[in-house]
Amino acid sequence: MSEPLLALDGVHTHIDQYHILQGVSFQVPAGGVTMLLGRNGAGKTTTLRTIMGLWHASSGAVRFDGRDITALSTPDIARLGIAYVPESMGIFSDLTVRENMVLAATAGTMDNSRLDWIFELFPPLKTFWDMPAGNLSGGQKQMLSIARAIVEPRRLVLIDEPTKGLAPAIILSVRKALEALKETDTTILLVEQNFSLASRVGDTVAVMDDGRIIHTGEMAELAADRSLQERLMGLSLEAHQ
Amino acid sequence: MISKLLSGDRPGSPILAIVVLAIFLALAFAPFLFPGTRSVETAARICIFIVLVASYDLLLGYTGIVSFAHTMFFGIGAYGVALAITVMGASFAAILVGAVGGVLVAMLLALLIGLFSLRVKAIFFAMVTLAVASAFAVLVSQMSAITGGEDGLNYAIPSVFKPATKLMDGRLFGVRLDGKLLLYYFVFVCALILFLVMLRMVNSPFGRVLKAVRENAFRAEAIGYRVVVYRTAATVLSAAMAALAGVLIAVWLRYTGPATTLSFEIMIDILLMVVIGGMGTMYGAVIGATLFILAQTYLQTLMGAASEATSSIPLLPHLIDPGRWLLWLGVLFVLSVYFFPTGIVGRLRGRSA
Amino acid sequence: MSDAAIRPKIERASLAESLKTRAPLALVPALALVGFLAIGSFPTWVTLTVAGLAMGMMIFIMASGLTLVFGLMDVINFGHGAFVTVGAFVGFTVLAWLAGWTSDPSILINLTAVFLAILASMAVTGLLGYAFERTIVMPVYGSHLKQILVTMGGLIIAQQLIIVIWGPDAIHLSRPEALQGSFIFGTALVEKYRLLAVVVGLILFLAMSYVLNRTKIGLLVRAGVENGEMVEALGYRIGRLFLGVFMTGSALAGLGGVMWGLYQETITAHMGSEIMVLVFIVVIIGGLGSVGGCFIGAMLVGLLSNYAAFLMPKFALVSTIVLMVAVLMWRPQGLYPVVKAK
Repeated sequence: MSEPLLALDGVHTHIDQYHILQGVSFQVPAGGVTMLLGRNGAGKTTTLRTIMGLWHASSGAVRFDGRDITALSTPDIARLGIAYVPESMGIFSDLTVRENMVLAATAGTMDNSRLDWIFELFPPLKTFWDMPAGNLSGGQKQMLSIARAIVEPRRLVLIDEPTKGLAPAIILSVRKALEALKETDTTILLVEQNFSLASRVGDTVAVMDDGRIIHTGEMAELAADRSLQERLMGLSLEAHQ
Repeated sequence: MISKLLSGDRPGSPILAIVVLAIFLALAFAPFLFPGTRSVETAARICIFIVLVASYDLLLGYTGIVSFAHTMFFGIGAYGVALAITVMGASFAAILVGAVGGVLVAMLLALLIGLFSLRVKAIFFAMVTLAVASAFAVLVSQMSAITGGEDGLNYAIPSVFKPATKLMDGRLFGVRLDGKLLLYYFVFVCALILFLVMLRMVNSPFGRVLKAVRENAFRAEAIGYRVVVYRTAATVLSAAMAALAGVLIAVWLRYTGPATTLSFEIMIDILLMVVIGGMGTMYGAVIGATLFILAQTYLQTLMGAASEATSSIPLLPHLIDPGRWLLWLGVLFVLSVYFFPTGIVGRLRGRSA
Repeated sequence: MSDAAIRPKIERASLAESLKTRAPLALVPALALVGFLAIGSFPTWVTLTVAGLAMGMMIFIMASGLTLVFGLMDVINFGHGAFVTVGAFVGFTVLAWLAGWTSDPSILINLTAVFLAILASMAVTGLLGYAFERTIVMPVYGSHLKQILVTMGGLIIAQQLIIVIWGPDAIHLSRPEALQGSFIFGTALVEKYRLLAVVVGLILFLAMSYVLNRTKIGLLVRAGVENGEMVEALGYRIGRLFLGVFMTGSALAGLGGVMWGLYQETITAHMGSEIMVLVFIVVIIGGLGSVGGCFIGAMLVGLLSNYAAFLMPKFALVSTIVLMVAVLMWRPQGLYPVVKAK
């Protein structure tokens, strides 16, 4: 494998007096989907937020494409081609779906063929194009949040639990979108509790517990090894199947 | 015994203890130590403002709420006494009626304001109190038939407090034992009692809940304390104390008007005293009020002299004109919020800890 | 897809939503009607209504910046009134220099003088806003308590510096010739200047609505009000956006100061803190952070103040407090509560 697109090296992050990340190191290879798994409270969201510069690492380094981005501000990190889909989705509910997309297209105007591709992945966005995003259902908001992240080609997309609380039909369309996105040469770092989805779309995996990485490897390997799953994550993942 | 009086809340630093003790002794023997009308006047103002500032700290320091209506409550207490004496004549009964009436009105108004503006955001409270207090001040100055308008009310006080009343023949340490002296001690003892009551309040379980609310309202709510109830209760208590301070100043000055009670300048003075003395400690009120009033009384004279001495230099005399006293206070205020948020008491305690 | 099943739900929601958003709009005509019934005389009512709208527009101009700054950055600026005062003093100074122009019989030259005065005061207050944000406000992001204290301190300093520069006395200045006197509509008397204030206020409100709803900057501001972190994650520097809004808000306060000064024809170092009382009432009524709510609130306060001043002169300010309490009883967060993420 060549140079990884993203590499974390001994990252520690403090939030107020709490020491959340305690030396996180893992790599995201270019192309494909890297899964970040682990129990609730293991530090997955903090890891994504640290990459994005929304929290700053107190020590250690985050490297993107060989460049140290640890101390960069969030807008600068975003401008390097990293998009973020937070767990809360971060929809601007006062703005219409279109206006949400316009803001996400930082380079300027939206590309029509790319927009058509997004509409194909998420048809409701086309239906509610000029509606306030606040009126969308939870699943539609999630679609919009992902669509915003990919309205322009991005090198790396960080997605935090996109299927949380969604109906099976919508989970399916999110999964299809992730698979379609994989084919466009976009690298994805995906936090997900739904193990069956993780094992379907994931290529490589990193597992976290208590603010540390406790396992890295191929996703297929982990999916096949039940005892390893149990050892790493306990039974909590089974419940989602 | 002393520890019990102080509710177990000791100054917590030797220097602070000495300073507070020195202020206490100076105020207790002020008429003898510093004879003269001006210095006794200053000492009485310090006593009254210690109560007023401490009652404001109950809100700002202990509860984390900014109110701009504190002078309104102060004024309500003062006008209560002034109106009662005007109607009923100079008697202790009138003072009592005025005080009780003023305190009740202040508490009721504080309750209403609290219920309307503390439900949503603490920041609403600052804006709402500013608006209400301004409207109140305007109303008082316009209802001149009752309140005397901008001129305020002059009235007599019970004759036992009058300077012409001789309590005993002769002098004690060269000081005449007259009604004015008795009045000073009336103010001093009342202020001392009120201060000790507030010290008790903040060290009671209620005071500890207030501090928990200030530190983390969300957590306090989660533990089961109704944050709104505690904040409103603190507002009401603080208003009652401010009204009592108003009663004292009304009796002491024999005059009540917008300039001595309701003006926004006094509100600013109170803010400065709390911040400079140290938010969240009752002793901060003692030190803040004492320092500020001494400076206000004596430093302005100094500024006047300096301004005249530099009159040949452009702009500078304008900047140090005694009228620009507030300018420098403003600068001091901003700097102390940035660099000195715990005030003098915080500094002193920090060093000993 | 399941969107066919979801659509009706959305339409129902949007109907209820639109009712909720439109209800406050009816308040302004309702108040005007009540005012008419209470006053009884049509010409008097017209005069007072125009006066009320003019006052409301001026308050709106001053309040809009304050409410946006709060919405965007959760910063409440108690020193906002200082910009009003400085704006008025700078404007009056320029008008005093141009005394020849303001007394000229030509409307065009009169208006040019006013325009230059406004330009100067907006430039000065905008720059002052820059300095204020960088030195006073920036160090205290995130702490409301410190913000209130520090911006209040800033207000005191600014007021005192105004006295140092311009002296402690009130300054009087007559309006330019063209803006004096009244129009007569039938039997109703309407001051020219008030009409102008209404027009300027309306233009400004429409321009502001256009910017907020139709331009990318406006969308960013609205998005930032709801979720500043996400705006940053999309690659925009919210700090700059905020500084821009702060400066604009300060410049608008300066504009409002000039207009208010010309309305009263007298300015004092304390005018800003006096007007701030009304500005705060308006911002609370409208809902902290909402420009639309601020506009409605300003109209309500303007109309009510003028009606009340006519009907029971001593209770004009108290009546606006009663209005504020009534609105808070109906909607505890103001007419248009701003949705905040998280």
